[in-house]
Amino acid sequence: MELTLWTYEGPPHVGAIRVAASMRDVHLVLHAPQGDTYADLLFTMIEREGRRPPVTWTTFQARDLGSSTAEMVIDTLRGACERYQPQVLLVAESCTGELIQDQPGALAKGAGLSAPVIPIEMAAYTRKENWGASETFYQLVRGLLARQALKPGEDRDPRSPEQPPSVNLIGPTKLGFRCRDDVTEITRLLEGMGVRVNVVAPLNASPRDLLRIPEADANVNLAPEVGDLTCEWLRRQFKQPIISTVPMGWGATRDFIAEVVETLGLDVDPESIGESRLPWYSRSVDSTYLTDKRVFIFADGTHAIAAARMARDEMGFEVVGLGTYSRERARDVRALASEYGLDALITDDYLAVERAVEELQPELVLGTQMERHIAKRLGIPCAVISTPAHVQDYPARYSPQMGFEGSNVIFDTWVHPLIMGLEEHLLTMFRDDFEFNDGAVPSHLGGEGGGSHQPESVVPMTPPESIAVAWAVSAEKELRKIPFFVRGKARRNTEHFAIEQGLSVIDVETLYEAKAHYSR
Amino acid sequence: MSRVIARADEGNVPTVTTERGERAVFCGLTSIIWLHRRIQDAFFLVVGSRTCAHLLQSAAGVMIFAEPRFATAILGERDLAGMADCHEELDRVVSELLGRRPDIRRLFLVGSCPSEVIKLDLANAAARLQVVHDNRLRISAFSGSGIETTFTQGEDQCLTSMVPDLPTAKEGAQRLMVVGTLADIVEEQFRRHFTSLGITDVDFFPAARADDLPSVGPGTRVLLAQPYVSDTVSALSKRGAKLITAPFPLGAEGTLGWFQAAAAEWGHSAESVRELLATPLARAQKALAKAKECLQGRSIHFLPDSQLEIPLARFLRDECGMSLLEVATPYLDQTLMADELQQLGAEVSLIEGSDLDSALARVRANRPDLTVCGMGIANPLEAEGLRTKWSIELIFTPIQGFDQVADLAGLFARPLMRERQLEVGSWS
Repeated sequence: MELTLWTYEGPPHVGAIRVAASMRDVHLVLHAPQGDTYADLLFTMIEREGRRPPVTWTTFQARDLGSSTAEMVIDTLRGACERYQPQVLLVAESCTGELIQDQPGALAKGAGLSAPVIPIEMAAYTRKENWGASETFYQLVRGLLARQALKPGEDRDPRSPEQPPSVNLIGPTKLGFRCRDDVTEITRLLEGMGVRVNVVAPLNASPRDLLRIPEADANVNLAPEVGDLTCEWLRRQFKQPIISTVPMGWGATRDFIAEVVETLGLDVDPESIGESRLPWYSRSVDSTYLTDKRVFIFADGTHAIAAARMARDEMGFEVVGLGTYSRERARDVRALASEYGLDALITDDYLAVERAVEELQPELVLGTQMERHIAKRLGIPCAVISTPAHVQDYPARYSPQMGFEGSNVIFDTWVHPLIMGLEEHLLTMFRDDFEFNDGAVPSHLGGEGGGSHQPESVVPMTPPESIAVAWAVSAEKELRKIPFFVRGKARRNTEHFAIEQGLSVIDVETLYEAKAHYSR
Repeated sequence: MSRVIARADEGNVPTVTTERGERAVFCGLTSIIWLHRRIQDAFFLVVGSRTCAHLLQSAAGVMIFAEPRFATAILGERDLAGMADCHEELDRVVSELLGRRPDIRRLFLVGSCPSEVIKLDLANAAARLQVVHDNRLRISAFSGSGIETTFTQGEDQCLTSMVPDLPTAKEGAQRLMVVGTLADIVEEQFRRHFTSLGITDVDFFPAARADDLPSVGPGTRVLLAQPYVSDTVSALSKRGAKLITAPFPLGAEGTLGWFQAAAAEWGHSAESVRELLATPLARAQKALAKAKECLQGRSIHFLPDSQLEIPLARFLRDECGMSLLEVATPYLDQTLMADELQQLGAEVSLIEGSDLDSALARVRANRPDLTVCGMGIANPLEAEGLRTKWSIELIFTPIQGFDQVADLAGLFARPLMRERQLEVGSWS
């Protein structure tokens, strides 16, 4: 039993719905009680989908238990097949369905349905949403393609010289972070290299499209949380190489281009492909103020890893915290974190993330909807870089995260919540200015993400660790004069310094001693 | 599948058709979203699965709250396999929770589909935990599971679980108990109106503080602010309370009828109540004019959701001039709805339960001007060129009473006004 306030991922059957909802001509029957139908709104409200996800629910009730639930499954399967005429019918259970052990997959196989059936085991009590999406997509691909697999020792037919080289884009789904635009951006990038995109899946693919997956020369593992398992299986069964660089950020996009060139044996100069404004924007003198801004990153594995590299190498930030809720990617994130001299935070406990942010007092938080919330409470600027995301992170405008345009978008997204260089200086110099003080909202922010207008007296979620040092009134007053966007850091550093020095009271001198100590 | 229940013997009330099939509604856990704001020192601990936690955070975008007063104890495989004693685990989780939230005065353990299916006895657990934490808070249990409760029925179960804690009222004294969550502002308005009618012995249940429990006994007169409290009413009846048959306080006429029914118990005539409440009544009717202009002559279809459908349909037809194509409700309590059903009349097509695909087929065939539905269905219907009103907003908005009449009508008028106003290409 695990105490949870907010959850980063839904249950695994929500992952199954994401795959079904991403595709055409697939229908999913879920053995689940009525309350589970809330999942429809994730798609129709958060992503503003104009169609219901292709899911039929058995919606059994207490009175059906023990007698007629198996019958309901069969009736529901027949009804769904008749009404929707899918090319493939997926069958799964939610957490409660799993407990009553009707085995809808087996029932479906024996029901003589007009559509081929692929049952999915969801493991609702051990697994989560991304696993569910990955497993569903894998079972679907395997179910459709296993018979075509190469025999042992058999090789792929070489591509004929008239055929342009081609790849599949594997992994993008509905409710993924900016998947719609990333597919467009990466398709354009590849076309610019003379590479055709054969199949994108699951997003907008039909089962018939999946049958064409083996025709491509390689698979781009565009969303590893969903696509890893399938790409690996395709590599083994069809000898399709995997292009595994996720093209997020300027450097990663260049690495991706190089990997495509190498994997497909293209005669293309990687330097000639595409261009981004990020390098110049980052080098422009105006961006100097970004130097060593302390950022905290928490996201799914893919976005956390990409953001860490961009933050340090392309924006000139200092990464002070790095973590993920994707246990499947824990190893990669841990390895990267240690490269940055950090201990990775691997958790799906929202409160643990909040404690880390509170302790680190970063100047910018890059995270999910949850971290937006944490940052707002603590008065720290924040940008959302990963799912789970809310309706405002499914924007109307074209805003990919991948490719060169993606790095432009990310540059803007991360800079917007920050206080600009000159504004920062003026705030420091004239801190008691009556209309430009730290109680005033930064001029460009409106209300979002901004500084100390969040009262500091917000009730802490956890009782503050009893700190053995007290602040003298004069020091407390001096601390108030430090601009709010560094005040948290100054308070923390000074307290640490005082404890280290064995002081019981912090006075103005201690404050400046600490400042000198930490600027060494 | 559906079955018609002939009700010719009941006079001028609608024929009810019962449907069984796929449902598209929230489970009772959703009630926690408003209950935890209403009862300000209560905490709701759902014992369930990741799905329950995900539902609660998705259903209403409730992440606006820094730290909500609800959480989920997620059952893991160890709990199901019996390797961990569920009760020991629950004790541990409750201690952890109470350590973090010393301000909590009442804890509800809330049953879910998985906890019901594995027959985890939360009432027993609550009793055991009560002994451990007896000096600091009250602990009880209720079920919000989707196999037993639909959406608003969660509140009914919550209130029912509190009824045994209500103190016994003194003999003889007649007191009014208003049952069902209301917005603070509505409660204050209602208190003022009751005072102007000379009724001062009024309790609201649930109250803003968990300790603030109204007493109950044979002198208690129960007046329903919400229609979904069937089990609460039964439990209160068993303790001697008497239900006042009344319309629900939706719309100017509904609100007037509600006060008249209550005041009758204190010996006031309907006419005197109308006179005493003439000012707010006139204000409500005046405020309604603008929305009414927009709604007049338009048609509406209610998909089953909150149990508010019947009184809302009555209001929209009688006070706003809309025509009712179909009114569906997830659950119909004939006793609590007696007055409303009389007012609705025999002409209305009334459905209890749900068969989603056939209901949507009727919506598509009839193309109502407005469809009231759950959030999952709204945008797909909009994309087909049909205007919708998502019903959860009717639960989260103060809509009861005279001074909210225009706001209530406005919720229905806004999608239609928006359709007229927008010039951005075809809706479908």
